[in-house]
Formats: sequence, structure tokens, C-alpha cells
Amino acid sequence: MSSSTVTASSTNVWNGGQSPFNVSYGKLMMWIFLLSDAFTFSALLVAYGMVRYSADFWPSAEVVFSAIPFYHGNAPLVFVGIMTFILILSSVTMVLAVEAGSRMDRLGVQKWMGWTIVGGLTFLGCQAWEWSHFIHGTGLGGASLSWNEYGPPDFAGFFFFITGFHGTHVFSGVVLNYLIYYNTVRGVYDRRGSYEMVEKVGLYWHFVDLVWVFVFTFFYLV
Amino acid sequence: MSVEETKVEVKPVDKAKVRHLVKIAVYLFIITAVEFVIAFTIGPGTMRTILFIMLTILKAFYIVDEFMHLGHEAKGLRMAIIYPLVLVLWLILALLMEGGYIHNVRF
Repeated sequence: MSSSTVTASSTNVWNGGQSPFNVSYGKLMMWIFLLSDAFTFSALLVAYGMVRYSADFWPSAEVVFSAIPFYHGNAPLVFVGIMTFILILSSVTMVLAVEAGSRMDRLGVQKWMGWTIVGGLTFLGCQAWEWSHFIHGTGLGGASLSWNEYGPPDFAGFFFFITGFHGTHVFSGVVLNYLIYYNTVRGVYDRRGSYEMVEKVGLYWHFVDLVWVFVFTFFYLV
Repeated sequence: MSVEETKVEVKPVDKAKVRHLVKIAVYLFIITAVEFVIAFTIGPGTMRTILFIMLTILKAFYIVDEFMHLGHEAKGLRMAIIYPLVLVLWLILALLMEGGYIHNVRF
């Protein structure tokens, strides 16, 4: 059953029998989408750079983000470091899921996709805590889109917009990962004879990790 | 939809491939750790910013090249994804210059 679908699609791929770039249509389109998304995030981060460059004062992230849950001391950048490690770790479990899929190992895909979903949800929880802490501040009014106790309101505005837009991507990534996980458990990809869908959502998930690498640098380090 | 059991042959784990992926992950962790060390040892300045940006691009390279597998795709696909990003370099240059001018006007 699965071999017949493969033959049917391989004679019909892009009507020439062979796909350009040796990838499937879906994977190529995922790459094109990610390229456009990369432009969106670039535009946001570069706009942040411009506003920061034109200001005479800009708050230091080490001062603004120096708290972690369950500890009442000064711990600059520790929490965001933990978030970074969680996201990289979930990227690793995602490549392991793709590797398992390439071997048609349904249980392997289930295990690693499960951990990837857990990683994504943990990251979102951390981000909710980080936002809440930033919004409530240290008793001087905290931060909102029009007010920021640490410095220019633009800092808060860009923080909410860029980390919020990234968080939305993480959330949709978790939803997509869950759908693929569900299909895997149902045996859909075993019947189809290919786990390529895991690769496609994998591309998206790694891209989300990639964006965080840049957000981390430009918001917290530089 | 029929819910019949499908017999699928599971291939054994490719140990070399998994080891390679874990190695890349360890690189990413080490680079992030180095960034933390730099954040607390070197004072703010152009030098530190350049170091951060170089380490970030190195991390991005490992993620795109190995995790997203772009380094192993056809050359045409690699170029189709990488070349358009040159436009971002122009955006950075244009907007940072603009930001500098705005700064001069305001302060």
C-alpha cells in the first residue's frame, strides 16, 4: 500500500519526475516560509537596534532581568540562561525525533516528540513568569507599553512585541508538534510509509530556537 | 479510515549520527556558556558587542547547518535560502545610520 503511493508521487513530482533541489514540495515551502519569517524577525530586531541607537540612555538587561523564582537575591541573567538551555535541549530532542522517524521507529518518535512538547511548554511557562516579573517591576510602576520604570518605554514596548511574537511562534510550534505527535501515535505515518511530517515541523521548531538565539543576544547580552 | 495494523520494519539506531548530533548540541551549550562568561568579565563596548555577534552567528550556523540539515541539501536550495538574507545586512546598515542621525538631532 505504501509503495504504491511512493511510485505515484515520484512520477508526478513537479511534473518532471524529479523535484528541484531534491526536496519534497512541502519541505521546500517550509523553507520559503521560514525565510519570510526570518525577514519579519530581522525587521523587528533591526528596528529595536535603531531606536536603541537613537536613545541617550538604555537600561542594562543585567539590571532589569536579575530575578529567578523561589530566590530573593540578585541573579542577573540566570533565569533567561535557563530558558535558553531549555530551548536548545528541546531542539536536540527534536533532531532525535527526526532521526527516529527516518528509521520508521514509531516509539522513538513518540518518546522524543513528547519531550520536545514538554520542553516547549516549560519555555512558555518560564516566559510567562519573566513577563509577569517585568510587568510588576520593583514597586516603581513596573513596565507596560507606555511606561517603563527601568528606562525608555520603547525598551518595554520592543520587549513585549519581540519576545511576545517569538512566544507566539513557540506556542504554535507546540500545537504543531502535538498534532504530529497525535498522528504518530495513531500510526498515520506508519501507514503512509514516511515520517517526513516530523522533519517539516522539526524545521519550524529549530527556526524558533534560532530566533531565540538572536533575541537572547540582542535583548539580554549586547 | 481503516485502522488495520501496519507492519513496519524499524531500522536500528544510527549510533554515529546520534553521536554527531549530541556533539553539535554540546557545542551550542559551550558557546552559550562562553557568552555568559563574557557578559560578566568584559565591560560593555564595541569589542564585546562584536564578540557576542560572532558567537551568535556561530550558533546560528550550527543550528541551520546541522539541526535543520541545510548543509546537506542541494546547493541550489542552500543558495536560495542564504543569499536573500544579504538584504538584512543592508537593513542593518541603513537603520543604524538613521538611528545615529536621530540621536544627533535629539541630543
